[in-house]
Amino acid sequence: MTTSTLEQPASPGLLRRIRERADKTFLYIGGLTDLMMQTLHQIRRGPLERPLLMQQFEQIGFRSLSIVIITAAFIGMVLALQTAYALEDFGGKLFVGVIVSLSLVRELAPVLMALMVGGRVGAGMTAELGTMKVTEQIDALRALATNPVRKLVVPRVIATTVMFPLLTVIAIALGILGGMLIAVANLNLSANYYLRSVIQTVKYNDLASGIGKTFFFGFAIALVACFNGLRTSGGADGVGRATTATVVTGAITVLIMDFFLTKLFLMIL
Amino acid sequence: MTDTLITDRRGSDRGMTDRRRHPREPFVEFHDLFKSYGPKQVLRGASLKVYRGEVMVILGGSGTGKSVTLRHMLGLEAPDSGRVIVEEEDITDFPEEELYRVRKKFGMLFQSGALFDSMTVFENVAFPLREHTEMSEEEITRAVREKLELVNLPSSEHLMPVDLSGGMRKRVGLARSIVLDPKVILYDEPTTGLDPITSQTINELIVDLQAKLNVTSVVVTHDIHSAFSVGDRIAFLHQGVFEWVGSMDEARDTDNPRLRDFLKASAVTAAQPTKTTQPSK
Repeated sequence: MTTSTLEQPASPGLLRRIRERADKTFLYIGGLTDLMMQTLHQIRRGPLERPLLMQQFEQIGFRSLSIVIITAAFIGMVLALQTAYALEDFGGKLFVGVIVSLSLVRELAPVLMALMVGGRVGAGMTAELGTMKVTEQIDALRALATNPVRKLVVPRVIATTVMFPLLTVIAIALGILGGMLIAVANLNLSANYYLRSVIQTVKYNDLASGIGKTFFFGFAIALVACFNGLRTSGGADGVGRATTATVVTGAITVLIMDFFLTKLFLMIL
Repeated sequence: MTDTLITDRRGSDRGMTDRRRHPREPFVEFHDLFKSYGPKQVLRGASLKVYRGEVMVILGGSGTGKSVTLRHMLGLEAPDSGRVIVEEEDITDFPEEELYRVRKKFGMLFQSGALFDSMTVFENVAFPLREHTEMSEEEITRAVREKLELVNLPSSEHLMPVDLSGGMRKRVGLARSIVLDPKVILYDEPTTGLDPITSQTINELIVDLQAKLNVTSVVVTHDIHSAFSVGDRIAFLHQGVFEWVGSMDEARDTDNPRLRDFLKASAVTAAQPTKTTQPSK
């Protein structure tokens, strides 16, 4: 009569839920891949609409500058302080320039920039396209014989893919300068010594690896953001959910891609 | 009472003389359409013919799939099974790119107007011209102003959609949908959410455009007053099929219990004839 809970078969409800979840995930990945193929097809077909592209360059690049400046400068300063503190017993403050620059160029600047700017830009894109979707503006575009992918997705994906590396260069420069500020003000190192150690440390392959990754980050974040926006349903609540999903999915995508891209760049560079 | 409430603004013989003169050619045909959204089956074998030059009113309760039928005409939705024919061309399996050619034959007024938020009224109406024609800016300005005048909004071109009332948004949406001179105009709930006076203005606009542009129109509504004000024929959608199709006069005398109940709810019955003829000019 008495059956141990361990011997009981898994409830059919649980299996059904797992299957439904798996179905949804595969459908999501399929839809995302389909949008990527459509976007690449539209880019190849051209011509690109310059006014829309310029608008997105401004929106994604110029308007993200403040967030990049603040993030990068403070990360550089904190990194310098922490490095000096951790390596103090080993006379490590002399290596502050080396550690700050390498960390920033290879990992911190690309990833943190992608997370911060990606969150801002991705959320904005999803909210905008999601609102257009629930207010029938996307349907209106299609009814007016206009391809929404060409009109809305292509400019955003191109602008994000181009602007992310540029913003990363700015983030690297400002992070190194932030580190220099601490090195000079707190650690009594000369600016000349700090900059020389940075220049001697950072090699071409470090820059290529760090900046190269951000092309992929930009492309992925824009694609996820546009996809979530275009599949929004359910009014204002749906727009909110889609925007949250973009921030979460975008951040996870960046972190997972970072690992594989780092492995790839270590192999090829 | 009903006589004054529901009036046929175009007279009893609206457009009929034209159709007697010409053979009735179907412009859009549905053959046995089925469409589901998840577990919910919306269309269950819907068949309909919309003839060239007529105003077809698709009538039905909320959530019966009226708007879904409009979306099938444009190819915005693909049926699970069945065929959609536009001007004798089967568009059911057309890819999206091929459908753009078909969609240029249509103008659609969306329920909310669906104006592009980031553009002014002028840019909204000019959008299809900039997308699909090689017109100069001067020609575009002329065409936009002409269409805005047609919908009685002559001095609104610099306003943003957010500054417009519900009725104005619909009129701008209508101007945008007719700017490429389509053969068919689709109206999705044109009077829903509007006050009676604005609704009447929109109804008059539909009748007026029909006369001026000589187009085919399909009006989706659950507003009986609007249906009888603008329509030539009614298609009554119930449980996913067009259960009854006929002229407005036939609708008043119908034996179909569900359509009769539907019309009764707005006091349009055979016992209470509603049609008044337009005074001759």
